[in-house]
Amino acid sequence: MSESLATVSYIGATILFILSLGGLSHPDTSRRGNLYGMIGMTIAVLATVFGPRVTPAGLTWIIAAMVVGGSVGLYAARTVKMTQMPELVALMHSLVGLAACLVGFANYFDPAAASEFQGAAKSIHEVEIYVGILIGAVTFSGSIIAFGKLSGKIGGKPLLLPGRHLLNLAGLLVVIWFGGAFMHAESVSAGMVPLIVMTAIALLFGIHMVMAIGGADMPVVVSMLNSYSGWAAAATGFMLSNDLLIVTGALVGSSGAILSYIMCRAMNRNFISVIAGGFGTGGGTVVAKADGEPVGEVVAVSATETAELLREAKNVIIVPGYGMAVAQAQHTVYEITQHLRAMGVNVRFGIHPVAGRMPGHMNVLLAEAKVPYDIVMEMDEINADFPDTDVAMVIGANDIVNPAAQEDPTSPIAGMPVLEVWKAKTSIVMKRSMASGYAGVDNPLFYKENNRMLFGDAKKMLEEVFVALKS
Amino acid sequence: MLIGVPKETAAGEKRVATVPEVVEKLVKLGFSVAVESGAGDAANFSDDTYRAAGAEIVAGAAPLWAKSDIVFKVRGPSQEEVGLMREGGTLISFIWPAQNPQLMQQLAAKKATVLAIDALPRQLSRAQKMDALTSMAGIAGYRAVIEAANAFGRFFNGQITAAGKVPPAKVFIAGAGVAGLAAIGTAASLGAIVRANDTRAEVADQVVSLGGEFVKVDYEEEGSGGGGYAKVMSEGFQQAQREMYAKQAREVDIIITTALIPGKPAPRLITAEMVQSMKPGSVIVDMAAEQGGNCELTEPGQAVVKHGVTIVGYTDLVSRLAKQASTLYSNNLLRLTEELCKTKDGIVNVNMEDDAIRGLTVVKEGAVTWPAPPLKLPAPPAPKAAMPPPPPAHGHGAGAPASATRVATMFGIAAVLFWLIGTGAPSAFLAHFTVFVLACFIGYMVVWNVTPALHTPLMSVTNAISSIIAIGALVQIAPGTERVGVEALIQGLAGVGIALTAVNMFGGFAVTRRMLEMFRK
Repeated sequence: MSESLATVSYIGATILFILSLGGLSHPDTSRRGNLYGMIGMTIAVLATVFGPRVTPAGLTWIIAAMVVGGSVGLYAARTVKMTQMPELVALMHSLVGLAACLVGFANYFDPAAASEFQGAAKSIHEVEIYVGILIGAVTFSGSIIAFGKLSGKIGGKPLLLPGRHLLNLAGLLVVIWFGGAFMHAESVSAGMVPLIVMTAIALLFGIHMVMAIGGADMPVVVSMLNSYSGWAAAATGFMLSNDLLIVTGALVGSSGAILSYIMCRAMNRNFISVIAGGFGTGGGTVVAKADGEPVGEVVAVSATETAELLREAKNVIIVPGYGMAVAQAQHTVYEITQHLRAMGVNVRFGIHPVAGRMPGHMNVLLAEAKVPYDIVMEMDEINADFPDTDVAMVIGANDIVNPAAQEDPTSPIAGMPVLEVWKAKTSIVMKRSMASGYAGVDNPLFYKENNRMLFGDAKKMLEEVFVALKS
Repeated sequence: MLIGVPKETAAGEKRVATVPEVVEKLVKLGFSVAVESGAGDAANFSDDTYRAAGAEIVAGAAPLWAKSDIVFKVRGPSQEEVGLMREGGTLISFIWPAQNPQLMQQLAAKKATVLAIDALPRQLSRAQKMDALTSMAGIAGYRAVIEAANAFGRFFNGQITAAGKVPPAKVFIAGAGVAGLAAIGTAASLGAIVRANDTRAEVADQVVSLGGEFVKVDYEEEGSGGGGYAKVMSEGFQQAQREMYAKQAREVDIIITTALIPGKPAPRLITAEMVQSMKPGSVIVDMAAEQGGNCELTEPGQAVVKHGVTIVGYTDLVSRLAKQASTLYSNNLLRLTEELCKTKDGIVNVNMEDDAIRGLTVVKEGAVTWPAPPLKLPAPPAPKAAMPPPPPAHGHGAGAPASATRVATMFGIAAVLFWLIGTGAPSAFLAHFTVFVLACFIGYMVVWNVTPALHTPLMSVTNAISSIIAIGALVQIAPGTERVGVEALIQGLAGVGIALTAVNMFGGFAVTRRMLEMFRK
């Protein structure tokens, strides 16, 4: 295959990737979008493998590596539970980051690549290598930590080192200084020291950055790492002077950045403060907790009483949260939904943009349970309907239904848009205990007069509710 | 402790502070209950039913007051009753401390503890169950419509009968507080066309929800005076309001007025001319008669006919529904007693730390504690907080355009950056840079419109696409150029790179497909 033919194939792949992202914006076109992505990727890989820059000697290597990696990937994709999606996605981001690092190092060792460039072009090429490895390393270690946090291997509480902003700043300065040293290195071996030191700092920075971010902010982190993996690909593209990599990396990078922005807005958080880590800013959290104690009584109900309330309702809105994912209760939720709908009850779902641990987490779970997506509503679509709702059932969610966000300006979550379940005639909150949510904020909803609490594991309690409903 | 329930002494008062049903519950809380003989007669509760519920019947007010630790009453005590009261006793009833300073002095002199049910901090949501003002106002609103219907010579609902067509009655209700809303609901359920007005614009939805039509005053001013009460409005507003009332008076058959401002005489809404302009046979029910009346011609306590219009100024609307009112009132008192006696051992504890109890307590062991300090929490949410932010407009151009200075700053920074790059970078880099910047914009345009439900699939597909980095590894594995000494190293790194990205490539697309399969209508 000639150089020109390879380039034309790359353009075709680029177009297919753009169509793929475009198709993913609506459920009807999403499957086709995914297909475009696959075709684009196949064209890109084939054009490269049979292109001028790969000799037949590499074919065995390529096939071996592809088979190994591909089978691992397919196995993981087939066995992963939908509730574990966030972990899988985070883990996959780390692989992209690691690959970017490896490619960067390999390119630096390559004498042929270095001899191509002279003067300013050489400096730019070195900066590209340096930056590419930097982003790749941060993506790698950050994603590993995110994976650990999401799978519960690492605690979800933010780890806040004293002077963490100073630490990050110092790290950045050291990286820049070594960058200078790297550029002036006489030989490849002389450049290795700054490169490795920088990689180590970048890895530490990735760890530190994600460790400092609380569990409730995970949707932002996951989409942010998604964005990073794109930028890493783009940086690699600059390094290799490959437009396909640049375009694709930029597409992925900007899409991840937009997702992060959407998530931040859903939590009324400043993007910078999420990245900088910790919850709330400064000492606000502590002060707010002291006087924010809600007053009132908590009324507990049984599964039978819950079934009674549901049976008598005309309009029901179900608000799922991370608790539903943990308890794997989505199927039981749907059975109850079907039963109620058969009885003529109007059941809908209200999804908060940051419910769960990944953007769109709840939608995926409900889709797995075959809940039709036209009764799954966004927060803005459904918030106005709560006053006409008889029963709002909250399953394992806390912060996203916290009225303090609207009522208490001192609350750490003040101003965050929330689902206004307390405006329903009755709200039922299913929870394991009275513990507070990820934000560590007490929830005045539990003390409202029209609120009932159903304590216990979401799946077990819902099954009891379902049994009581049928009887 | 012993709870005493005397017979109400005020003229025309038929209510009783505790009904037999509640006596049983009080006994369960550990109290003993004594009821004055005949206390419930006017509300159709006989001594026998009280006795059956576990109360002791005491003949005469004096012995009852003497033996009671706590006295439940409806109306505030008269001079004589204060005289009968035990030194250091407890009294729970309506007091209206602002209007009755003398009574407050007398009670304080008795070293009494007094809980004024009318002083309840109504903003506390958990206080609602004790809110006797609300329960009484609801009854009054209902009764006002019934009185109007009684005095009105026609049907409320429109009918088309063999004997001819009957137009529906038009009812105008001034003030949409609890009483007004109850009146709207009652009148609407009788089939009348109901219009209502209130200076607080936020009640418009409530009016509509009960089947009424909200009539706006053609003047911009917000009338909420804090705590859910109305405030006095400006002169301009009042002028516009008068015009609106005059117009309604000419059109409607029945006017029910409920306008009250706390601690002030009732506002004059309906003038003599407006009454004159009404159709003969029309009815006005003035629920504010006791505070002077909303209508100029109201005679408190009586129904009079002036200019052919019946003006009902009864001050005992609640008492006219004595059984219902007594039941609700005694339930309010029961809830209050539960709050006072959380231990359920028959001993009340007037806990001044509790916001609701603090507000209710107007005299504590002889010391006047009225008025209570204003509540710290929870302030009614500011209009801004109560309104969710405008729905995130999908598509670029989200919401209002960014401010001019911000745009200018951003363009400035971008210009400096581009200038720096342009002066330093070689043309080969710039070509790639162009592609990069344009691709970022395409990504932005394409992804903005994604529906939230697809965030996860989008992320997993972009993750799969980012495995395009495999290209970087592929071109390194065997480019056919001379790589002396590092051939094996580079091949190893590139091979691992290919394997890693292949995990993403296959896994990412496969898992996305699996997820998308599940999305169905």
